[in-house]
Amino acid sequence: MTAPLLDVQQLVKHYPGERGLLGLGRPRPPVRAVDGVSLTIAPGQTLGLVGESGSGKSTVGRTILRLQEPTAGRVLFEGADVFALGAGPLRALRRRMQIVFQDPYSSLNPRMTVAQTLREPLEIHRLAEPAQMEGRVTALLDEVGLEPAFAGRYPHELSGGQRQRVGIARALSVEPRFIVCDEPVSALDVSVQAQVLNLLADLQQKRRLTYLFIAHDLAVVRHIADEVAVMYLGRIVERAPAPAIYGAPRHPYTRALLSAVPEPDPRAARTRIVLTGDIPSPAHPPSGCPFHPRCPHPKKNDRCRTETPALRPVEPGHLAACHFAEQPM
Amino acid sequence: MTEPLLRVRDLKTYFVTEHGSGTARAVDGVSFDLYPGETLGIVGESGCGKTVTSLSILRLVPEPPGHIRPGSLIEFEGRNLLTLAPPDLRAIRGNQIAMIFQEPMTSLNPVFTVGDQIAEAAIIHQRLSRKAARARAIEMLQLVGIPDPAERVDHYPHQLSGGMRQRVMIAMALVCHPKVLIADEPTTALDVTIQAQILELLDRLQVELGMAVVLITHDLGIVAGHADRVVVMYAGQVVETAPTTALFDRPLHPYTEGLMAAVPRIDTPRSRLQAIPGQVPAATAWPSGCRFHPRCPHAWAKCAVDEPPLLDEGGGEGGGGGGETHAARCWLVQEPARRRHEP
Repeated sequence: MTAPLLDVQQLVKHYPGERGLLGLGRPRPPVRAVDGVSLTIAPGQTLGLVGESGSGKSTVGRTILRLQEPTAGRVLFEGADVFALGAGPLRALRRRMQIVFQDPYSSLNPRMTVAQTLREPLEIHRLAEPAQMEGRVTALLDEVGLEPAFAGRYPHELSGGQRQRVGIARALSVEPRFIVCDEPVSALDVSVQAQVLNLLADLQQKRRLTYLFIAHDLAVVRHIADEVAVMYLGRIVERAPAPAIYGAPRHPYTRALLSAVPEPDPRAARTRIVLTGDIPSPAHPPSGCPFHPRCPHPKKNDRCRTETPALRPVEPGHLAACHFAEQPM
Repeated sequence: MTEPLLRVRDLKTYFVTEHGSGTARAVDGVSFDLYPGETLGIVGESGCGKTVTSLSILRLVPEPPGHIRPGSLIEFEGRNLLTLAPPDLRAIRGNQIAMIFQEPMTSLNPVFTVGDQIAEAAIIHQRLSRKAARARAIEMLQLVGIPDPAERVDHYPHQLSGGMRQRVMIAMALVCHPKVLIADEPTTALDVTIQAQILELLDRLQVELGMAVVLITHDLGIVAGHADRVVVMYAGQVVETAPTTALFDRPLHPYTEGLMAAVPRIDTPRSRLQAIPGQVPAATAWPSGCRFHPRCPHAWAKCAVDEPPLLDEGGGEGGGGGGETHAARCWLVQEPARRRHEP
């Protein structure tokens, strides 16, 4: 087996609890956004990281790139310890690791033309001579399916899909090996979403890219991911190759999540598992298994309330964090 | 056959744009019927006019810049809502026809308790006393599945989760037992497990209260699971209307087909999605002829020139499109031989 490109070990990110109004009173408990996440991604592969609001999936992506400093844990990228790097080597590393955000409107500078946006990283990393700039910008636009005329436009003149293409071109400009795609198609309409997903798949083929694809939409992830990790309240609760996650999920949360996705087929006769209750706050995670208050598993018992289940193999390559992962629901 | 509860005919809602780029014809000749007790799904992408249609029904479109064109008709139980005097309209709005919106946080007033907000409509429309209205608010919170309703009634919106807020919105809308509920993207801002709860709640309440529901959504999956009939909108027009199973079994309009092919599905293995090329056009400059022709894989010369009417499956001109009608705004309905097969 090839060495992983990215190796995340026991990543933890807690946000300190704020004190009340005027800084008085006792501080609130910390928000445990990410609570011990480990994952690896092999070169050229896509890991889909799925979860609902507050699951910590976006925090994982941003902490890996050190856009936020971790509380604990280790990230190895091409063997280098990302959290131990000084400012210079970190900047060099950022050439190799990039991010595409959900909302390209708020992540593009409204006062910069598309060409200026795409030139900036090339200038910072000294990747092109001034004379070559125009050609590089045109080539990047072409790669993401935009006409050269878009170079002179501002973000507000573009549609959502066009803006996301610019966001992708900006990430590609520094020729990265790894891209964190943080909900890259969630803000787009279905017909355009398919265009952007196909573009991401084509670019991966062509440039041998590795993706961490973060999304709340399990159907979208099915069409791009080789492997899938499901997060709930800061932890990975299940991880497996995509066919196993969708075909034979083992964690009750994954099962409920899959059954809740509305299928565009009026004849689909499915037994829907409707979970009761809300997602708890990551500042007050439940004791034991974080999913136990909402868990519909018939075998649920006191052990679930007291003992946090470890993420353990239930089959080769298939991990689940449930005391009853072997038993049907 | 039963009479429709709500009849919309040739609805045109236009907006005057600021920069002189012309008039945005957001809703441009929309017709449909809503029958008692049914759920009608209105599906389409951003800018297709589905939300403006729903706002027009209750005359909630801000004027200016918007205006509903003369000749439009919105008939509720035989009365044209567009020509009703304001007091008569107010007696219907929130009472007989109620609405819930996508973003519960912006539709709830942050400085009033949820109980006050639910009670308001009951006090106004049903002349309940404050005490009786409060009791009704607690009843409604119970009905929409909020735990500890007697305590929650005194909470403010910020103290509730997103799913709970949407339940409060539903309680507000249903407090007067309306005949029609218009739900505009009621679950779009919610997580998928919470969305499942809210959709199940709406299904249950519809049966219990015998309402008709207009369910506006961009999600074909939600339509498939919850609507009896569907209206597909594109570029301000109805492009297809059919009973739900017929629409998914035999989509007639290439746009409907394209949307269905573009939706990533959880039950099909990893594969390339079929995207619809191009972008949705701007409402100030709808394309000539069939508005979908620049993106349509089957278009021929006629499509760029002649605007197709809604055509019944049989080939005749479809009217309002009620009951079992399956109609599409596409010349292929008359000339099926022009359909191009996969290259």
